Amino acid sequence: MYAAHAHTDGHDDHAHKPAGIMRWIKSTNHKDIGTMYLWFSFSMFLVGGTMAMIIRAELFQPGLQIVRPEFFNSMITYHGLIMVFGAIMPAFVGFANWLIPMQIGAPDMAFPRMNNLSFWLLPPAALLLIGSQFMPGGGAGVGWTMYAPLSTQAGPAMDLTIFAIHILGMSSIMGSINIITTILNMRAPGMALMKMPLFCWTWLITAYLLVAVMPVLAGAVTMTLTDRHFGTHFFNAAGGGDPVLYQHIFWFFGHPEVYIIAIPAFGVVSQVIPAFSRKPLFGYASMVYATAAIAILSFMVWAHHMYTAGMPVEAQLFFMYATVLIAIPTGVKVFNWVATMWKGSLTFETPMLFAIGFLFLFTLGGFTGLVLAIVPVDVQLHDTYYVVAHFHYVMVAGALFSAFAGIYFWLPKWTGRMYNETLGKWHFWLSMIFFNMAFFVQHFLGLAGMPRRIPDYALQFAEFNMISTIGAFGFGLSQLLFLYIVIKAITSGEKAADRQWEGADSLEWTHLPSPAPWHSFATPPVVK
Amino acid sequence: MSNKELKKWAAAGALFFWSVAAWAEYKLNLQTPQTLLGKQIYDLHTIVTVICFVTFIGVFGFMLYAVFKHRKSVGHKAAQFHENTAVEVAWTLIPAVILIALVVPATGTLITMRDTSEADLTIKATGYQWKWGYDYLKGEGEGVSFYSTLSTPRAQIDGGDVAGRNANPHYLLETDNNVVVPVGKKVRVLITAADVIHAWYVPALSVKQDAVPGFIREAWFKAEKAGIYRGQCAELCGKEHGFMPIVVEVMEPAQYTAWVSAQQKKAVVAKVDPDKTWTLEDLKARGEKVYAQNCVACHQATGMGVPGAFPALSGSKVVNGPKADQIKLVLNGKQGTAMNAFKHLSDVDLAAAITYTRNNWNNKTGEAIAPADIKALR
Repeated sequence: MYAAHAHTDGHDDHAHKPAGIMRWIKSTNHKDIGTMYLWFSFSMFLVGGTMAMIIRAELFQPGLQIVRPEFFNSMITYHGLIMVFGAIMPAFVGFANWLIPMQIGAPDMAFPRMNNLSFWLLPPAALLLIGSQFMPGGGAGVGWTMYAPLSTQAGPAMDLTIFAIHILGMSSIMGSINIITTILNMRAPGMALMKMPLFCWTWLITAYLLVAVMPVLAGAVTMTLTDRHFGTHFFNAAGGGDPVLYQHIFWFFGHPEVYIIAIPAFGVVSQVIPAFSRKPLFGYASMVYATAAIAILSFMVWAHHMYTAGMPVEAQLFFMYATVLIAIPTGVKVFNWVATMWKGSLTFETPMLFAIGFLFLFTLGGFTGLVLAIVPVDVQLHDTYYVVAHFHYVMVAGALFSAFAGIYFWLPKWTGRMYNETLGKWHFWLSMIFFNMAFFVQHFLGLAGMPRRIPDYALQFAEFNMISTIGAFGFGLSQLLFLYIVIKAITSGEKAADRQWEGADSLEWTHLPSPAPWHSFATPPVVK
Repeated sequence: MSNKELKKWAAAGALFFWSVAAWAEYKLNLQTPQTLLGKQIYDLHTIVTVICFVTFIGVFGFMLYAVFKHRKSVGHKAAQFHENTAVEVAWTLIPAVILIALVVPATGTLITMRDTSEADLTIKATGYQWKWGYDYLKGEGEGVSFYSTLSTPRAQIDGGDVAGRNANPHYLLETDNNVVVPVGKKVRVLITAADVIHAWYVPALSVKQDAVPGFIREAWFKAEKAGIYRGQCAELCGKEHGFMPIVVEVMEPAQYTAWVSAQQKKAVVAKVDPDKTWTLEDLKARGEKVYAQNCVACHQATGMGVPGAFPALSGSKVVNGPKADQIKLVLNGKQGTAMNAFKHLSDVDLAAAITYTRNNWNNKTGEAIAPADIKALR
């Protein structure tokens, strides 16, 4: 400790980066680790996206044209798992790594070595997950929810998937402990909790959710593992177990997981909208309380994913009431964002476009969530394409659009270079149009009764499926434009100003140059 | 934006919504409900959707106004307010009141939906990988029992007969044996499964209930109008999940009675003399049918299975080995694989199917399995 201190003094915060690949493998620097998280996430996004293209290509027309049903099932499974655990979650951890220390005026994360480990657990987990598809019998075609007893019946790919989830869970828990400790202990003098940028608040709450529920998921898949190999009967009625027990445990993880994905997205949007409205966030305190309320309620609503699984009518009523309650804090957040824009001085650079796109489409996804909360209606719509449309509005238009907003917003700070604004706008409008083309029509498919997770469908669903597939391919290809924009910005973008956005007022914009130096805030800034 | 332009946009918008409404009859909404409860659910869905739509328009009306009027490019200067207690309390309380108004009717509908008492007819539906079995337990038709499998020809699905597919109005939504029920009678469906979780889903009758192995769930419906209503399994249940439809045929009472007696006669004819001696050829012929209904999805018509996923029967050690081992495997299934127990089939059907596999493709055991062999190992 003492020696390390002397060392930093000697070199101040000059770049002392090890050269070559070892800089990344051994990195304990929050910025490098954040970068690695983001690139990892993007590559998983391409892998998961390719699987989505296979799914949509098969569904382009009725009949089985391209893949066999068992392969189709494995595609829907890995598409879901990779997008949730490989793409969206690591993307926001990447944001957390980059931004939290800079926004609270800390030199780095609290546990830099653990930070390194929590990133480097991801590639082996991804290899296990993707590699499991090459096991005898092919991938596990059980759906990302991995319901027993279908999962007890699956081939050896299931075991690899289970281990991958264990490792991903460990990584998430370590990352969360790091974030909680950093935020609670390393804020610069004067940075009171209620002065923190909202992004830090949302991550603090998310990190608690992660610590609470990742072990629950690990428990559920471990029980599946022992049912498969060690003679237990947790989920087997013939041995005194209950298949629905799995669903209860899974969704006790799964519902908070929805907010683990959504809440950091709220945080990003809460930074971007005020910056381009040139006006402080409306209702900061109520934003914090609403986020906490959503997080707490998220533990009490899990069974709304299982209305048709069979439970007493009293339980259905309880979960319906608790679920509609979530609409209140969520509504407060949406109203606050709109009120932030109200009477502002708005400009519409790419980050703002994505933030508004988020607001628009996430709210739509929230409304279909309200429709699904009503038990008798949900019984009609459960496990149909309506649900598929609903959660893609929340996950893609919610979390992913918000991540795009964040990347465009902070890219100048991270790289010191600007992206091409015209191309950024193209990326937004293409994504927006094709996203809706792909997913809006799925509401109609679900209403008309098309079940999800089927490789082939009745003829009355043909037109909308064709439209959806065209939209999905357009959306997928638009993301290659995003990759081009980012690479072009990094290699030859114009030099960015230290405070690129005039409305941005958190510490990384007001106190640090662009690009942010490798070590920042070795001496804590003074926060008024 | 000039006034003229605004008018043009409004006209275009109105045209769009009009065309959507004209379409709405058959494609953009829930299927037309055929039960009273279904109508309640349909209305409930309409109410929630309208509330959401109106709120959406309201909130984003404000946002769009800001987007056009409060932009920097028109010279709008930013105000610096960031709190307003009255507004914040209002937008917390008003949604709360709307939500309460919403869950009250939902609660009533839900309680009706779950009340399966005083049914006129009780049918048990059992989900299998990948078909449904039906047993009429109580009421007119008691004792009727059959399996219901997809009847769409495989060639239409796999692309050998695209013209046939395109000409088939009930592609993937047709079965060999429909579930037949009388009109205007309360039908209680007991739903369970033999292997993994399935779900019994008929949209027009507003029923969806998971079929959980080892447990019995209930649902009910009372069809208002005779007709044929089609649905599908709604819970991922493995490879052929998309290919196990549910077709409910609602008949006038007299027709229903006739159907029941026809079914009972068929059962008597089908009932085989337990002492009948079966020849190898008889067994093979019957076995081919049983195989087509129960085994072909995994082990394939060629007996070659799907490499890596489902083992081949042609040339298989088990199929060419001692008969007792194969009978036990078929009866009890193989734990941890997709090979389920087939105890629910009759002795004759099992004997026939096993005989067929032992004397087909490359398998030439020349052995006939007697129904008594199955009985002995049950």
